[in-house]
Amino acid sequence: MSVRGLGPDAGPKAGPDAKAGGDISIREVTKIYDPDGIHVVAVERCSLEIAAGEFLVVVGPSGCGKTSLLNVLAGFEDLTDGEILLDGKPIAAPGRPVEPGSDRIVVFQNGALFPWKTVLENIVYGPMVQRRRELGRARQAARNLLAQVGLEGIEGSYPAELSSGVQRRVEILRALINEPRVMLLDEPFRGLDAVAKSVMHQFLLDLFERTRLTMFFITHDLDEAIFLGDRVVVMTTRPCCPKLVLQVNLPRPRDHRALGDTRFLELKRAALEAVHEEALKAFRAGERELA
Amino acid sequence: MGISFKRWVTNPDSWGAVASIFGFVLLWYVLTAVLRLPRFDKLPDPVAVVTAWLSPNPPDGLSIFTSVYYMDILYSVVRVLVSFALATVLGVGLGLLLGWSRVFFDYAFPLVETLRPIPPIAWIPLAVLVLPTTEMGVIFITFIAAFFATVLNTLLGVQSIDQVYFRAAKCLGSRPWDVFRHVVIPGSLPAIFTGLQVAMGVAWISLVAGEMISGQAGLGYLIYEDYSNLQFVNIVIGMLTLGLLGYGSSALVRLAGKRLMTWESRRRGVGA
Amino acid sequence: MASGILTAPSNPRRKAHPWLRQSFNRHTLRGAVTLVVFVILWALVVAFKVPYLRLLPPPRDVAVSLLQSVASAGYWANWWISMVHIAVGFVAAVVVGVPLGLAMGINRTVRRFVFPIFEVLRPVPPIAWIPLAIIFWPTVSLTIYFLVFTGPFFIIVLNVMDGVREVSQNHVRAALSLGAKPRDVFWRIMLPATLPYVMTGMAVGMGVTWNVLIAAEMVTSATESGLGSMTWTAYTNGILPVIVVGMLSIGVAGYLSSALLRLLGERLMPWQRRI
Repeated sequence: MSVRGLGPDAGPKAGPDAKAGGDISIREVTKIYDPDGIHVVAVERCSLEIAAGEFLVVVGPSGCGKTSLLNVLAGFEDLTDGEILLDGKPIAAPGRPVEPGSDRIVVFQNGALFPWKTVLENIVYGPMVQRRRELGRARQAARNLLAQVGLEGIEGSYPAELSSGVQRRVEILRALINEPRVMLLDEPFRGLDAVAKSVMHQFLLDLFERTRLTMFFITHDLDEAIFLGDRVVVMTTRPCCPKLVLQVNLPRPRDHRALGDTRFLELKRAALEAVHEEALKAFRAGERELA
Repeated sequence: MGISFKRWVTNPDSWGAVASIFGFVLLWYVLTAVLRLPRFDKLPDPVAVVTAWLSPNPPDGLSIFTSVYYMDILYSVVRVLVSFALATVLGVGLGLLLGWSRVFFDYAFPLVETLRPIPPIAWIPLAVLVLPTTEMGVIFITFIAAFFATVLNTLLGVQSIDQVYFRAAKCLGSRPWDVFRHVVIPGSLPAIFTGLQVAMGVAWISLVAGEMISGQAGLGYLIYEDYSNLQFVNIVIGMLTLGLLGYGSSALVRLAGKRLMTWESRRRGVGA
Repeated sequence: MASGILTAPSNPRRKAHPWLRQSFNRHTLRGAVTLVVFVILWALVVAFKVPYLRLLPPPRDVAVSLLQSVASAGYWANWWISMVHIAVGFVAAVVVGVPLGLAMGINRTVRRFVFPIFEVLRPVPPIAWIPLAIIFWPTVSLTIYFLVFTGPFFIIVLNVMDGVREVSQNHVRAALSLGAKPRDVFWRIMLPATLPYVMTGMAVGMGVTWNVLIAAEMVTSATESGLGSMTWTAYTNGILPVIVVGMLSIGVAGYLSSALLRLLGERLMPWQRRI
């Protein structure tokens, strides 16, 4: 077995093991937190359809509830109302026990590589605990992955010995080796400097070209959103639901030249307006909370 | 450690260390042997201590050439080792369980918190009367001291693990046991070793008290026995030996921690 | 912990009286169950004469003895004496230890010449000082004060020293660029920034202090009283219930003194309060 699109036997596979697909349907999802009886409506009646192999980017002001949506999607939290289907099968509904799974892997905001494991141990962690393949073959697959993205020679390093850019790349590989149907990326490049960020963008775009996995990518960086996504959804501030959906018609494969494209600038202007409106709302709400 | 002799000699800190310890010993000598100030004249002077300690024929029967000395050391070390090993196994186990399961925490932690404030030394009378041998009593109180320090630090260690690692592990398909083995244990290891360091320190404190009050043989017993026999030089020898052993045992714990946590020492630069 | 992470609150709309919810929830009830079971087990162990443990005093005897103690003036006098021992020795350790720690943290020369002595003396268990202290100090009270002093002293000094060295250089620079004099830097930056370390040192030291006090009171029980001597006298007379009463009292006293320190810390460091 090898990772889809990255190995010799690329292409969709048949049979029960096939991990093709990645079609997400979010239907009327509502998420209410209730700490100490104070209702916080994080997400309200949010509906979104994500096609298999689509790169969807969600944009919104910080604290707008986008991470709540991702947590529900990942199976870290339950939802209050509505349902979420993955390839037609429900993965989240009220009263349904939450269950994260290796079919939808999260890449976290500040990185979540296990600091006590080496790069290689981190990458083979998923296959190892899922007992999906022999450890030796998993190691070989991990080495191949590292080599394909030009990171050979760091297998034995601990995450703390690597730059944050390399850490993020390793974390994405750690997700990828499990052949997920969906990748959930929660502001994965936050805190990286501009140069590292642009390297990461190219890295992720290349991966996407090769794998065509469904991507659910959260950010508050508009340039990043338009540059990476097939579709950009601007969210309203709390409660969070889609305010504006932008179809990004830039051709793929993309590179940095797309950033200067007039279509890019037009999309950015449209998105900026919507985001600015929501940011102001969030700002005023913050003032009210303080008053 | 790879600090060369040359670097040691040229380092002003080491000169300071030599000077300060020499000054301290000198002050001690002047107060007790030269000026013989009231009260100080009762204390043994450093020259007497060192000559007795190194003498093949010590006046008070205790030196590096006497077997009594090594017997007492052996007794104390074995007691500390047994208690410390028990405390490590049971304390780390309990601490991990407390941190791992909310339900177990709810049931067990209040009992731990009820017993913990009782200083180990306050257990001595009960331990000596109830347990069949005084040996068991001494080991019990040494164990109790180390145990609570280990439990608490292990628990704090588990609680301090960033939730993101639990989520990542779940996401990658871990079952509860995998999370325990690959997240809970390594994640709390730094705090566990902090706890073991503290545990080693308090174990020695309790051991000395236990040996003084109830024991037969051991360095605490030696100190107290020599006090009763007015052999004051031996008290200082005993104290210094305890200091050396205490220092050595913490160093061993630190070394073991370093060995087990390679990822901690191999960081990229400072604070990277 | 871990199992709690993935279980979000299942019923978000339920509301109860906050006080009621805090004190009588599932979690505290479980703890109460354990404590009750513990006492019942203790009683059973004694009643059924389990080997070794049958020598324990039954809980009923302990309860009776506790009630008798609480009603007697002598018991409270022991409390008072132990508290005075702790207060004097501990305050002395703070008064001497904090300035010394500050000096060692700020001034390299002081650190260079004093720190090695600490490194040599610190590993000696405080209780090992008992015989020398008895020999040296003319009165038993002074002996006990000295021993209580040695318990937290080293811990406080070393914590304060580390605290000074952890003071953020940026805060110092910010103060200087805002026009602070070195004196202001000391009083307004160094001191508040080290305060958490002082409090940590005191909290850790307090644990050791009670250990040392009890040992000191036990060893000198013939001439001085206190909760430790009370326990020791009960031991020499073989009155087991009083031993347990003594242990419990010492536990409560130790807990109270730590709680007092925590309260003091919250008062002195309002910026560390959590929302």
